[in-house]
Amino acid sequence: MNWLELLSLHSPALIVGIPLLAAFLTPLVSRINDKIRNLFVLVMLCVTGFLIILLGYDVQTNGIRTYVFGSGAPLPSGMSIPVRIMFEIDSMNVFMVIITIILALVGVLYSWSFMNRQDGQDKYYTIVLLLIASILGMVLTGDMFNFFVFLEISCISSCALIAFWVHKGESLEAAFKYIVISSIGALFILFAIGIFYAQYNTLNMATIANAIQYSFLDKIALVILIAALTMKAGLIPMHMWLADSYGEAPPSITFILIGATQASLYGAIRILFTVYGNVFRDILPNSSSFIIEGVIILLALITILIGVMMALIQTDFKRLIAYAAVAEVGYIFLGVGVGLASIGTQYGGVALKGGLFHIINDALDIGLLFLIVGAVLYATKETSVNKLGGLARNLKYTTLFFIVGLLAVSGMPPFNGFASKLMIYESTYQLNPIIPIVAILASILMLAVFIKVFYSVFLGPDLPKFKEIKEVPRSMLFAMGIIVGLIVFIGLFPDIFVSNIIQPAANALINHSSYISKVITPTTFIGGF
Amino acid sequence: MIYNIPFIAVVIMVIIGLFAVLFKRNLVKIVIGISIIESGVNLFLITLGYREGGVAPIFTSAPSEIVKDTPGSMVLPVPQALTLTSIVIGVAVLALMLSLVMHIYRQYGTLDVRKIRRLKE
Repeated sequence: MNWLELLSLHSPALIVGIPLLAAFLTPLVSRINDKIRNLFVLVMLCVTGFLIILLGYDVQTNGIRTYVFGSGAPLPSGMSIPVRIMFEIDSMNVFMVIITIILALVGVLYSWSFMNRQDGQDKYYTIVLLLIASILGMVLTGDMFNFFVFLEISCISSCALIAFWVHKGESLEAAFKYIVISSIGALFILFAIGIFYAQYNTLNMATIANAIQYSFLDKIALVILIAALTMKAGLIPMHMWLADSYGEAPPSITFILIGATQASLYGAIRILFTVYGNVFRDILPNSSSFIIEGVIILLALITILIGVMMALIQTDFKRLIAYAAVAEVGYIFLGVGVGLASIGTQYGGVALKGGLFHIINDALDIGLLFLIVGAVLYATKETSVNKLGGLARNLKYTTLFFIVGLLAVSGMPPFNGFASKLMIYESTYQLNPIIPIVAILASILMLAVFIKVFYSVFLGPDLPKFKEIKEVPRSMLFAMGIIVGLIVFIGLFPDIFVSNIIQPAANALINHSSYISKVITPTTFIGGF
Repeated sequence: MIYNIPFIAVVIMVIIGLFAVLFKRNLVKIVIGISIIESGVNLFLITLGYREGGVAPIFTSAPSEIVKDTPGSMVLPVPQALTLTSIVIGVAVLALMLSLVMHIYRQYGTLDVRKIRRLKE
C-alpha cells in the first residue's frame, strides 16, 4: 500500500482532523509572525482540500465509503448493531464538502487583507479553523450524535465569530440571538436523537434508516429534527437570526457562515431523504398524505417572498444581502421539497437536482456579494446605502464583480443562478403552476433590489468624502476573482458540473438503499440486546 | 407508572425552560431557561439508559457472580457517554452565553430585552 492509498484510506478522518489540529496550533504559530500564521492556515486548508479531492475521486470511482473510527469493520465482533462512530461518504457528502472547502479557502484568503487592521487575529483564525472543521464534520458524519456534536461546535464557533467586533452592540445582540436560537435547536435535535435511540438502540443514520417504522415517536422526532434544522438553515418563520447575524458579522465570516448554514440544510436533506427515506417511499405514498412536503414547499415559497420583500426596504448594504440570502435558502428548499413530494418521477429528479445545484450557486453568489460588501466597507468604512455613492470611479474591479454577482443572484443568463433556477422553474411547474410563478416573480424583484443598490452605491455623483478611496488590496480582489471565475464557469458550462457532481449527489439521495446497505444488510431485524 | 416519572419530569423541565426563554425579559433568565432545557434533555438521555435487571458497565465494581452467570446483563454505556458529552458542550455554551450577556450589559447598560433593540427590520 503506497502512501497515496493510505492517505485516501484515512482521508475522512484527516479532513476533519487537520483543520481541528491546525486550529489549536494557530495561536502557537502566530507567536512567530503574522505572515507565517496566515500562510500556515492557508497551507493547512490546502492540504485538507487535497485530501478532499482524493476522497471525492475515490467515492466517484468506488462508490460509497465508510470510515469507522478505531476499527476496520462497521460491526464489532459479537454485536448486532454498529456502536462505533462512523463516517459515511456518498456523492452528496462529497458535494457538500467541496462547497465547504471552496468557501473556507476563499474566506481565509480574503481575511488576509480584510482583517489585517484588526487585533486578535490569532483568535480569529483559531475560531475560523474550528468552524471549518465542524462544518466538515457535519457534512461527513454518518452518526446522529456525532452530527449533534459538530453542530454544537459550529454553533459555538459561529457565535464567537459573529460577536468578533465586540465593541459593537449590534453584533453582540445578533450573536446572543444566534446562540439562543441555535442552542435550543441543537438541544431539540439531541432530544430527537434520544427518541431514535430509545426505539432502535442505535445512533447510526443508516441503521436508523433501515429500521424506521414511522411510529408516533418517529413522527415527533421528524417534526423536531426538521423544525430545528430548517431553523438553522434560515427557513421562515425562523429566519430573523440569519438576517441579523449575516448582517452584523464581519463579511469574511459571513462568507464562511454560509457554509455552516448549508451544513444544517444538508442535515435536513439527509434526514428527509435517507433517514426517513423508507417512510417517504413506502409508507406515506399509500396513505396519500402530503403534509410534510406541502409544508416545506409552502414555507419555501413564503421564505422566497418575504426574503425579497424585506430586502427591498433595507437601507444597510449588508443586511440587504442577508435578506437576499434568506430568499435563496427558500429556492433551495423549493427544489428539494418538490423533489421530495414527487420522488421517483422524472420532474421530481430534476427539481431535486435544481435544488442541490442551487446550494452551490447560493454559496457562490451570496458569498460574492458579501465579499463585495466587505470590500466596500474596507475602502469606505460605510455600509449604509444612502450614504454611499459613486464608488465605481475608484473601485473598478469591485464594481465589475458586483455586476456579475447581481446578475448571478437574480438568475440572469449566462451566470450560474440562471442554470439552477431554470431547473427549479421547469420542474416545479409540473407539480403546481403557481410555484414557478411566485419564484420567477421573486427573482425579478431580486433583480430590482440589486439594480437599486447598484445605482445608489456604485453609480451616481462623485461624493467628496469618497474621492480619496483606493481599490482594495490584492488578496481580497484575488479571492473575489476566484468566485467570479467559478460563477462564470458554472454559468457557461452547467452541463459539466451537473453531470459530474450534481447528478451523482441527487442519485445518492434518491437511492437511499445503497446508503443503508453499505453499513447493514437491509431488512435484517434489529432487535434489542 | 413509576418508570414514567422521569419522562414526565423531562417534559416539565423542557416546558419550563421554553417558557422562560419565550416570556422572560431578562437575558440572564433566558440563559437559565436554556440551561433548564439542557438538564431536561440530559435527564431524558440518562433515563433511556436504564435497563431493568442490567448491571452498571463498570467492570471492576460489578458483582462477580452476575458477570459470571449472565454475561449479557451489563448495559451498553452509550447514553451515559452521550450525556457526559452533552454536559461538557452545555458548559461551553453556557459560558459563552454568559460572557455575551456581560458584554451586552457593558454596551447597553441593561439586561432588558425590550431595551436591547438596536437591530430592527
